[in-house]
Order: sequence, then structure tokens, then C-alpha cells
Amino acid sequence: MKVLFLLCACISILSVVVICIFLFAGGFPAITEIGFFEFLFGTTWRPTAGQYGILTMIVGSIYVTAGAIIVGVPLGILAAVFLAYYCPPALYRILKPAVELLAGIPSIVYGFFALVVIVPAVRGLFGGSGMGILTASLLLGLMILPTIVGVSESALRALPKSYYEGALALGATHEKSIFFTCIPAAKSGIFAGVILGVGRAIGETMAVVMIAGNSPIFPSSVISQVRTLTANVIMEMGYATGLHKEALIATGTVLFVFIMIINISFSLLKNSADRKERRKKKKERKQMKVHAVKKGGDAA
Amino acid sequence: MKVRAQIPNYATINKRTLASRWRSLVKSPLSLILFCLVVLSAVIAAGMILFIIAYILVMGLPSLSLEMFSWKFTTENCSMLPALINTLIMIAATLIIAVPIGIFSAIYLVEYAKKGNRLVSLIRLTTETLSGIPSIIFGLFGNILFVEAFGWRYSLLAGILTLAIMVLPLIIRTTEEALLSVPDLYREGSFGLGAGKLRTVFRIVLPSAAPGILAGIVLAIGRIVGESAALVFTSGSGTRIATSPMDSAGTLSVFMYMLMDEGLSMDAAYAVAAVLLVFVFVINIISGLLTRRMEKKTR
Repeated sequence: MKVLFLLCACISILSVVVICIFLFAGGFPAITEIGFFEFLFGTTWRPTAGQYGILTMIVGSIYVTAGAIIVGVPLGILAAVFLAYYCPPALYRILKPAVELLAGIPSIVYGFFALVVIVPAVRGLFGGSGMGILTASLLLGLMILPTIVGVSESALRALPKSYYEGALALGATHEKSIFFTCIPAAKSGIFAGVILGVGRAIGETMAVVMIAGNSPIFPSSVISQVRTLTANVIMEMGYATGLHKEALIATGTVLFVFIMIINISFSLLKNSADRKERRKKKKERKQMKVHAVKKGGDAA
Repeated sequence: MKVRAQIPNYATINKRTLASRWRSLVKSPLSLILFCLVVLSAVIAAGMILFIIAYILVMGLPSLSLEMFSWKFTTENCSMLPALINTLIMIAATLIIAVPIGIFSAIYLVEYAKKGNRLVSLIRLTTETLSGIPSIIFGLFGNILFVEAFGWRYSLLAGILTLAIMVLPLIIRTTEEALLSVPDLYREGSFGLGAGKLRTVFRIVLPSAAPGILAGIVLAIGRIVGESAALVFTSGSGTRIATSPMDSAGTLSVFMYMLMDEGLSMDAAYAVAAVLLVFVFVINIISGLLTRRMEKKTR
């Protein structure tokens, strides 16, 4: 039986390896045929004319993700502070599940909501089509909110209470203790949450494709349309053939590389945060031992 | 009793009245600003959540009609029943594949693997990687491997296998946590009574961890229901009830994408959105209840 369990456990390794192999093998021919630099740094995407440059989409993905960070991160961290330090228990019992619910809503529903609510609002306020960086940023900021709130809140709750109490005892107000002692202490955990949110934002497909406008051009303002890497794949995969299809797979490969970089930095950060915590606990235990010895000595 | 009498406000120690909080806030403008920011963002976040839910339910539920539940899909009635049934088939088949593999993996990681095992850290790393991969990449992968290389075309089976890989890390992680939260006393007690390793795992540890594992499975169901990007190019958007694993079968989310992409009917899209939201709602409540039961059980 142990062997069976081991085999099952190896399936996740196998999946990752197979996914890597197929994505790279699928994307490689297109990249060599189009040319590495022409593909990554080409500025025109016109499959009918045989031009496959995805720089506009890389830029589009980066803009939209940056926008999501600007919208979602401050809101998420402050909301996590509220949940951890301000929220009365009765309200917490409602708010916490609500945030979890936000994480569970399918992205297609988010996209639909943005299409019927945010797009007309942006169109009314700023003109244009209403579809573009701003709309996508607002929606993605909302979508990464539960990730950031969840991770930041647990990072804040993992802090020893003495940090907060110490600051309070030195005369800092409730707010100052939180913002100048607790948040800096929890920063690696909070940062890990932000990176996780970035990963979600850059990989988001269905919601973005509906509201970003999808023109493969360099955006000139915050309301101009963009096409992200994910949108490029989902829009054209249905009818693409030959080199076009390979170019789309290569787009996926580029996205995959981005995600891998983000994932690796996330796990590095998380590991360093874990190590810090372990060191801290060890230190505390040692101190407690010293105390105990001292007490024992006094008693004797 | 006596202690209480000596300290008059026993219950209010370490608690501050609103008035004293307010005074300290007024004294320090920075604190006041920070306080306002915190409350404001909490109100915005909560308001947005409430608004999304209320908007979709209010707009969607009235657009539901009996016509939308007819057996056959036509462009007139935009029936979601076939998609709903396909979704249920997809859920069942995906879970049949992913749940045993996930639970067995977690059993290996928690019960059998020795500490500091290289393989274990590799498995952890790949599970984490897998859970960070966005669904569009899974969709692409499924399309390349199952649809193209295996020549299955857009089929239920391709979708099921893609989704099984996708929900695997979720099941492994939740099961692992559930197994870890079972106290070692249970295992020691079982060993002490003469049970073997396998019997201990299956008769003692797994039943105690059941609510936690179930909560993970329920979450996996939620992901399957909500998934669209990974399915559009693997199981396709067939609008008939799948009768064989090789049929193209669109789930509810894919159906909704199709409704919007082809601009078939906005009312129907509202209705499907509301149904999906209700589904997610129910799933969250169930998994929340199960998690609480797990916590109570192992405390």
C-alpha cells in the first residue's frame, strides 16, 4: 500500500513535468520560426499577414496587473487590518465568510458583472468605449482582494501579541502600534500575499477578455484598450491553425514563464518568513527556559 | 468572588470606552487619518461584496424562467438544463479521479514520509507550483495533449482529465491539513491496541479527518463549477447532454461564456450568473460548516 500512496504522490510531480514539457515543446517551434526577438519584442500582431509580435500584450498584461495592484493592495491590506484589529466579533462572523465568498465567485461572473456595471460607469465618467486598462484594473483589484486580505490577515494574526502591547505600553496609539510596529513586522507575509495576488491577476483570463477591449496596441492612456497575454490565447485559440496556433501556444509559454518567476519568488519569500518565525519561536522557548531556571533557582 | 469585589470594573479592564478612544484619536491627527482609512477601506470592500451579490441576484433571479430548464437547448429558449447536467457529470467524474489520488498523496506525505525526505519537499514544491498555474495554462495544456496529441477532439474526457490535474493540489493540501490536525494520541492509541499502520490510517485517522477532507472536496466542486478558461478548449461548448465521454460538453460557466461571446441573450446570462452565484454560496456555507466541525472534533 505504501508504494501505491507513493505513486499517487508522484502524480503531482509528473503533472508539472508533463505540463512544462508540452508547453515548452509546443511553443518552441513558433519561437524559432518567428525569431525570438521578433516574437517577444515585435509590436504588431497580425496573424493574417504573418506578423506575430507580442510586446503589446506583454505590456498590456503588465499595465493591467500594475493597475490591479494599485487598486487592490492598499484596499486589501487596510481591510485585513480592519479584520485583525478593529472588527467586533459579531461583524467578523459576517465579513470573513463574505470575503471568502468573493474568492469563490467564478471569474466569468466577475467579467459579466464588470461588463454590465463597471464598463458603462467608466464610459459615462471618462468617455471612450469604457473598456480598457482602467476597467480591467478596477475589476482585477477587486478579484485579488480576497487573496491579499486572507494572507495579510493571517500574517498579522501570527505576530506575537507582545509586539502590539509593547508599542502600546510605550505610549503609541492603537493606530500607530498597528501601522508602525505590527505591519512592518508582518511585511514578508503581507508581501507574499501581494505576490500571490499578482499571480492571480496576470493569469486571469475570462474576466479580462470581456472588459479590456482587446486591441493589440500600445495603450496611450488609462482608458485605452489593451490586450493581455491571456486574452490573446482565449480569443484566437478557437479558430487558429498552423503557425498561428503555435504562436498562441508560445504566448502561453511566455505567460507560463512569468507565472513561474512569480511562483518561485513567492515560495522563496514564504520560506524566509517561515524560517524567521521558527527562529523567533526557538528564541522564545530558550528565553522561557532561562526564566524557568531562574525561578527554580530563586525558589531554592 | 472576593477578588471580583475588590476590583470594581473587573470586566472592563483592558477595554476602553468609545469616549476615551475618541479622545486619543483627536489628540493625534495621524492616528485619526489612519483610523479613517482603515474603516473606509473596510466599508468599500464590504460594500463591493454586497453590491456584486445583490446586483447579480436581483437582476438574475427574475430572469429565470421555466423555459430555461427545458430538456433541449435552442437559441430561442437558451435552456441551461443540458449545461447544468453536464456540469454535474463533470463534477462527479473529476472527483472520482482526483479525490483518491489526492487523499492517497496526502496520506503518503503525512503518515508515511520521513521528515526531511527529499522527495517530500519536491512533492510539496510541485503541488504549490500546480496550484499557482492559472487555468488558461491548464486549458492550453489540455488542448495540446488530450485534444490534439491524443486526438480526442473537444470531449468530456479531455475536460475531466484537465480539471482533475487542476483540483489535485487543492485536495492534497486540504487533506494534508486535516490529517495533520488529527492528534498523534489517536495513532498511538491505535498502535497500542495492536492495529497495524494501514488499519490505523483507514479506521482511525481518516474518519477523524473526514470533515476536513470533505471541506476540501466541496471547495474543489466550487472550482469545477466556476471554471471556464480551462474548459473552453478541452471539453468545448457542446449544448447537448453528453451521452459518451467523447462528446463535447459545455458546463454552466462555459455556457455563460458562450451566451456572452455570441451575444445570444443577456437575460439568460443574468440568470446563469445568478444560478452560479447561488451554487457558490451553498458550497461556501457547506465547506464552512464542515471546517468548523473539523475544528471542534480535533480540539
